[in-house]
Amino acid sequence: MPTETGDFKENPDENEVPLLELKDVHMRFGKVNALQGVSLKIQKGEIHSIIGPNGAGKTVMLNCINGLYRPQEGDVFYNGERINHLSPHRRAQLGMARTFQKVEVFGGMSVLDNIRLGRHLHFKSGILSGAVYAGKTSREEIEHREFIESHIIDLLEIEHIRHQPVGMLPYGLQKRVELGRALALEPELLILDEPLAGLNLEEVEDMARFIIDVNEEPRWRVTCLLVEHDMGVVMDLSAQIFVLNFGNMIVDGTPDEVQAHPEVIKAYLGEEDLYATRR
Amino acid sequence: MEITKDLTIPKLFYAQAERFGKGRVAMREKEFGIWRPITWQDYLDNVKAIALGLVRLGLKPGDKVSIIGVNRPEGLFAEMAVLCAGGVGVWLFQESLMEEVRYIIDHSDTKFFFGEGQEEVDKGLSILEACPKLEKIIWDDPKGMRNYTLDTLMSLKEVRELGRELDREQPDLFKELVHQGAGADTALLFYTSGTTSLPKGVLLTHYNMLSMGKNLMTVDPCEPTDDYVSYLPFAWIGEQMMSISCGLQIGYTLNFPEDPETAQENIREIGPHVMFAPPRMYEQMTRSVQVKYLDATWSKRKAYEIASKIGYKLANMRFKKQPIPWYWHILGWISYYGVLRKLKDHLGLSRVRNAYTGGAAMGPDHFRFFHALGVNLKQIYGQTEVAGIAVVHRTGDIKFDTVGFPIPDTEVDITEDGEIIVKSPSVFQGYFKNPEATEKALQDGWLYTDDKGFIDEDGQLVVFDRSKDVMTLKDGRPFSPQYLETRLKFSPYVLESWVVGHERDYITAVICIDYSVVGNWADEKKLTYTSYHELSQKSEVCDLVQKQIAKANEDLPEPARVRRFVNLFKEFDPDDDELTRTRKLRRAFVEKRYAPILDALYSDRDHVHLDMTINYEDGRQSHVKTDLQIRTLDVAEDKPAPERSVN
Repeated sequence: MPTETGDFKENPDENEVPLLELKDVHMRFGKVNALQGVSLKIQKGEIHSIIGPNGAGKTVMLNCINGLYRPQEGDVFYNGERINHLSPHRRAQLGMARTFQKVEVFGGMSVLDNIRLGRHLHFKSGILSGAVYAGKTSREEIEHREFIESHIIDLLEIEHIRHQPVGMLPYGLQKRVELGRALALEPELLILDEPLAGLNLEEVEDMARFIIDVNEEPRWRVTCLLVEHDMGVVMDLSAQIFVLNFGNMIVDGTPDEVQAHPEVIKAYLGEEDLYATRR
Repeated sequence: MEITKDLTIPKLFYAQAERFGKGRVAMREKEFGIWRPITWQDYLDNVKAIALGLVRLGLKPGDKVSIIGVNRPEGLFAEMAVLCAGGVGVWLFQESLMEEVRYIIDHSDTKFFFGEGQEEVDKGLSILEACPKLEKIIWDDPKGMRNYTLDTLMSLKEVRELGRELDREQPDLFKELVHQGAGADTALLFYTSGTTSLPKGVLLTHYNMLSMGKNLMTVDPCEPTDDYVSYLPFAWIGEQMMSISCGLQIGYTLNFPEDPETAQENIREIGPHVMFAPPRMYEQMTRSVQVKYLDATWSKRKAYEIASKIGYKLANMRFKKQPIPWYWHILGWISYYGVLRKLKDHLGLSRVRNAYTGGAAMGPDHFRFFHALGVNLKQIYGQTEVAGIAVVHRTGDIKFDTVGFPIPDTEVDITEDGEIIVKSPSVFQGYFKNPEATEKALQDGWLYTDDKGFIDEDGQLVVFDRSKDVMTLKDGRPFSPQYLETRLKFSPYVLESWVVGHERDYITAVICIDYSVVGNWADEKKLTYTSYHELSQKSEVCDLVQKQIAKANEDLPEPARVRRFVNLFKEFDPDDDELTRTRKLRRAFVEKRYAPILDALYSDRDHVHLDMTINYEDGRQSHVKTDLQIRTLDVAEDKPAPERSVN
């Protein structure tokens, strides 16, 4: 029978260099202090969630991590290396991939093309050899296609829509395609911004399964940073949960610690709400 | 190869694999977007390894092995391996609920259980305790299986390894295994999804299966170069008949779709030469054409209208066996090459020589539709108890109200009560552990089918319906509800229908709308809805359905016209026991379940209140409380079309 999910590494070594680290990050927009000295450590292999009420600064935090925002104070480290100055695409090259709260796919392009785009970073051939498209370049393209087919399309069960334009698909499938595109990057760190928002129960279950698969399958072993409101799923999947409220960290701990924390309960207005889920 | 009493499926398989070897493709599977061939040699190697693996695990001749999963080569490898090792194969429908799985595994004394992947393994594990005879669960697809560590579980890969090991120790063992046994041994055990009671286990021998295939192939020969697409459940006798009984004898290529959802697309890529599907598959194709027609531009619609009119006219002349004038030949040629050929190609029917339909009644409208397209669609009649089919149409002699003539070696007769009885070498051995039912069904070598019918003036069999399902109209005339139901289903907006009227004053219908078609229609009309339930109860949708029923009523005699109807708030579903796994309506059951609806239909109320529970495949339930609208149509004989609403 399946064992506990979400923690193939039971006790990450405290001394090990974290995959991602935020140190005392401040982010201000005019007089609004979106983040007020936030620190976070994500160890390799875990699913780390960020929760908090609306407007707590969760998405701002993600934007600071993948480089859409540059924090005014504080540092971001990736694999021990300071990456404050790096642009989003440079960070993607380091192995960071992201999905968005509102799907950001190319609606007019097919599912396959959207995923291929995520693979772009791994292409070695240049424009000129691409124009000739013979020998090495075509072989490379075939290899990438093979990767997409056998690891992404098969994993996400989207064989039947492979050639359909993404814009015509239902929302739940668009979300899957977006995840597929992020995975095509073969990331080390996958940042998921509300992957379950707007999905129905069945789609939520599918998506949760994909996240577990990506985290646990030996082929992937991707570290995940998850922002999500569905507490049932968050509590089930995460090894660590980081609770944010008005730009301040309340607690960063295991699901049990978080559920027992009085301020978390207060931030979530009443005790029952925290456990409320769609199930 | 001649079918003798000595021949078994494994012997035939071995001979064919030796004959075709590496040179011929036995199967193709679409995987990762590519069709990958499997030669007869690969087929043999796989079967050998699995068969010997099972022997090593302790499979003895006569042991039952259950298999569950979608159509993939591995499923057929497993089945053939079980047969080669002397076991008996039992297929389960992939979407079976736990309770059904438990019943079949337990009743059949299954020793080994093959599950394709995690979902099937979970079903197996959840019934493990209730089925003490079950020893091993074997799985193939590793997805999601990384945390399953139970000793009862074993991967197909490991089984193959065990088999290869045994093969190295005893190189002749497999050949010996294959060549033991005789045609009269039980090969397969099928659980028929009865419309009335618990499933019954039908025992079929190697000889039953092979003689059936031979007799069908005598009527409509196939070539070894033909292609066949295997996408319907292996637990259905029709699929076994095409893949094993016929496929193995002829050696045509079996093609497996990438995914159940891509089946239609994959069929088009392959373009099979022969096809056997229950009517609902053909109904689905008709619907997809009708929907595309509704969406098409004016010029395309006109082109289709003209071409199909010509097609219908020609088909009718052929049905009536009238001589076709030369100018109609020319018109037919133009419409075929201008429009119909392309349409056939889109449906994946461009190369079909023979398309069969059976398992349930097919409406004349659908039947005409395919013949107008130039598809040689034939009705068959048969059941699991005769290993597939007993009666089939002959090319050029097709009447859409009959099912044709018996295949060779098969006798069909009608008893005094009008029951159809069949005698052939394919008649089954009996029901497993059910002597009473066997005694009832098998008398002096005749199979009593429990279907009513008669033989018409040309000697073709007409199947009326299941004895229990025939209804009597108010004028005392017997009538088939299925006939009315298929008429209603010819409308693209109607997915399922259930017609009631036995010994009642008038006829009523319960309709399940087609969610996607009606949904598109509603989108165009700018109607908002959030669920099937809400859509089905929109008064515009009720109007739409009312029009469709009025149209279907037009050519029916007055007592057979549908007078009142209701749109159901959900589709009929096998998970709710409303349909069998082969999607036949279980009338007695729905009558009980929806008794309040029936009461309301036969009252003068214009709505009905419902309060009930719905089951999902994974065991969850939900509670429904709702009001449904009831509509009344004017069915007077003299003015057929105009309708009136009570709302």
